[in-house]
Amino acid sequence: MSALFESRDLVIPGDVLYEGRIRTGDNTYLRQGKVYASRIGLVEYGRGMVSVITLEAGYNPLVGDTVVGDVVDIELGRWNVDIDASVAAHLNVPDAIDAPFRPDIVMPDILDIGETVVAKVVDLDRWRTPILSILGRDLGKVEEGFTIRITPSKIPRLIGKQGSMVKMILKETGCDILIGQNGRILINGEKREQEDIAVKVIGKIDREAHTTGLTNRIQEYIKRLKEEFD
Amino acid sequence: MSRFGIVPRIKLRKIQEAVSSGKRVDGRGLKDLREISIKTGVLDKAEGSAEVHLGDTWVMVGIKIGVGSPFEDTPDEGVLICNAEFVPLASPLFEPGPPRENSIELARVVDRGLRSAEVFDFSKLGLIPGGKVYMIFVDLYILNHGGNLIDASAIAAISALRNTMMPVYEVKDDKIVQTDKKKPLEVRKTPVAVTVVKIGDGLLVDPTADEEEVMDTRLTFTIDEDGNICAVQKSGSQGLTSDEIKAALELALEKASEINGKITGTE
Amino acid sequence: MSPRKKKKKWNRVDGRDFNELRPLKIESGVLPNADGSAYIEMGKNKIMVGVFGPREMHPKHLSRPNMAVLRCRYHMAPFSVDPRRSPAPSRRDNEISMVMRYALEPAVFLDRYPRSVIDVYAEILEADGGTRCASLNAASVALVDAGIPMRDLVVSCAAGKYDGQLVLDLGDHEDQEGEADVPLAYMPKLDMVTLLQMDGILSPKEFDGCISLALEGCQKIYETQREALKKKYEVEEEEKKD
Repeated sequence: MSALFESRDLVIPGDVLYEGRIRTGDNTYLRQGKVYASRIGLVEYGRGMVSVITLEAGYNPLVGDTVVGDVVDIELGRWNVDIDASVAAHLNVPDAIDAPFRPDIVMPDILDIGETVVAKVVDLDRWRTPILSILGRDLGKVEEGFTIRITPSKIPRLIGKQGSMVKMILKETGCDILIGQNGRILINGEKREQEDIAVKVIGKIDREAHTTGLTNRIQEYIKRLKEEFD
Repeated sequence: MSRFGIVPRIKLRKIQEAVSSGKRVDGRGLKDLREISIKTGVLDKAEGSAEVHLGDTWVMVGIKIGVGSPFEDTPDEGVLICNAEFVPLASPLFEPGPPRENSIELARVVDRGLRSAEVFDFSKLGLIPGGKVYMIFVDLYILNHGGNLIDASAIAAISALRNTMMPVYEVKDDKIVQTDKKKPLEVRKTPVAVTVVKIGDGLLVDPTADEEEVMDTRLTFTIDEDGNICAVQKSGSQGLTSDEIKAALELALEKASEINGKITGTE
Repeated sequence: MSPRKKKKKWNRVDGRDFNELRPLKIESGVLPNADGSAYIEMGKNKIMVGVFGPREMHPKHLSRPNMAVLRCRYHMAPFSVDPRRSPAPSRRDNEISMVMRYALEPAVFLDRYPRSVIDVYAEILEADGGTRCASLNAASVALVDAGIPMRDLVVSCAAGKYDGQLVLDLGDHEDQEGEADVPLAYMPKLDMVTLLQMDGILSPKEFDGCISLALEGCQKIYETQREALKKKYEVEEEEKKD
């Protein structure tokens, strides 16, 4: 029974992380008594489990996720929404308006192609297609602001321990920021400068999420950016 | 860039607002070009080559010189053929397959620029009168689509041509024989393409891919170092007033000399 | 002449030893629009690979209900060879695209992404023998760069026979003029061969020798792939200063 690396070592797919019995966590797989990494990232050994905190991955939808997406198609009784998953998500009419489907509903009047929504993933169908709902507080059509993209695996770092990182950005920039678990961030500020600072800061977190001492560097960075704008 | 080819409305609005304010989404002014980097001699098997980065746009050009049959109406003149490949790795919106209208348009606009500027003296590129001539192949390869592909391709094409070494062919007993000698391809002019895009009431240069997705229309001017217009191409589904055309031309003339300086300065 | 002296004097056209690889360079994450990418120089080969996906598959009837489809496209630029070639795909391009797919499929967890497609595009910018192997080496890195879950990397190398001698990593001249060429692809941690072809004529013992040689070459190339992937995350020291 042995760990072949140390926690926070960089591993690539195919690296043998553990030989023997252990629980397999994210981005690992078991084969013939050995645990291998399946994605590039930092290995974590802890609590009887081995996992890899991935540095690169697309968005893997989980029920309960809040996501930001664009309507890309309208079919009978349903909108298809691009949430950067491997397939488009489905938003069925009953999950968009609090009433059952009626044939005289004009779907583009409710949501048209090109419009953006904040939604919750409420189910994954048998083919793993994400099923969305926009019924609920803080969900629905986006009227203001714009979105940027970061790698989904960096979201926890953007949020920070108990929301500390994102709260700091909100306070320092005065922008409204909504974080979609799918890596889409909705930003809305009163002034262009504020929005520009938020975009730069989030970009830096995206690039450096895997490093240590990030919180301090971000605080310094925000200070420098604000000075530039004054 | 959207994988589904749909432009979100909030993105369209953001770009329009930015243009109206005079400060584009990436922070540039309407008349600012992105950073241009040019490298020549990057491909060993090509007689000439160049690699251009214009912001995120990345273009590679290979020049191949061969021998072939002339066009019927110009039996003693060399032949220029421009071809563009919008390869699928350059953008999620490019599909594999034969050239579509976008890549054909780009190749033809670059070709017209070179031809009308009289970059080559084609009469010096004949070999056997009425039989064989030099063929100049300009192959434009888009490696990353970050917008403004025409301008980037034109820069790469002329940079590559300026650094092309032709194999020298000789005629011996009515046969074409390749010698060991090489000589520089004679390039007489340095035409440059400048694309101006209309978004709302704003005219801007060097559009990003996002700006191109939301633009009303696009106007490309190819201009030589003497300030002559060698080619014009309007593309896109909206119209332009004659005042807008004049303003776009002024902008293009200004930018052409800036870009020309970059091409000739990096020798 | 004693046998030992003979071996020492034998040199390949470019001066390499029989089991020496050409100079190799791999960079990952070079294309901004692709989900994953890698650039490779192997000798004079210059190849760019971009990966997109997993994403919706069109046309839908080609998608598979329970797993992703892996699509490979091997394509040569007109200026990649002398004389210039047409940009249209040839039959050889089609065959190579197919064997590349077979070489990569065992490594990818396709069943995680039903009804999707993972596209691998290899563009040959300059060719000098062994392009399918070089393409696979870059494709492997590009797939990892895209965050697609994989069992292992795929490494690829060719061995063959030239002028009576078994050699590793044939250049264009050795490929054209030699007696045999054996390209091979391999998953190093799982110890499985995923591509194997031969062109030419060899005795069974020589064939065996080529496989051993190629596997040796793969071990060395694997280290370069690993370095390329790690390097992207080591840039932080410079970036931190911004």
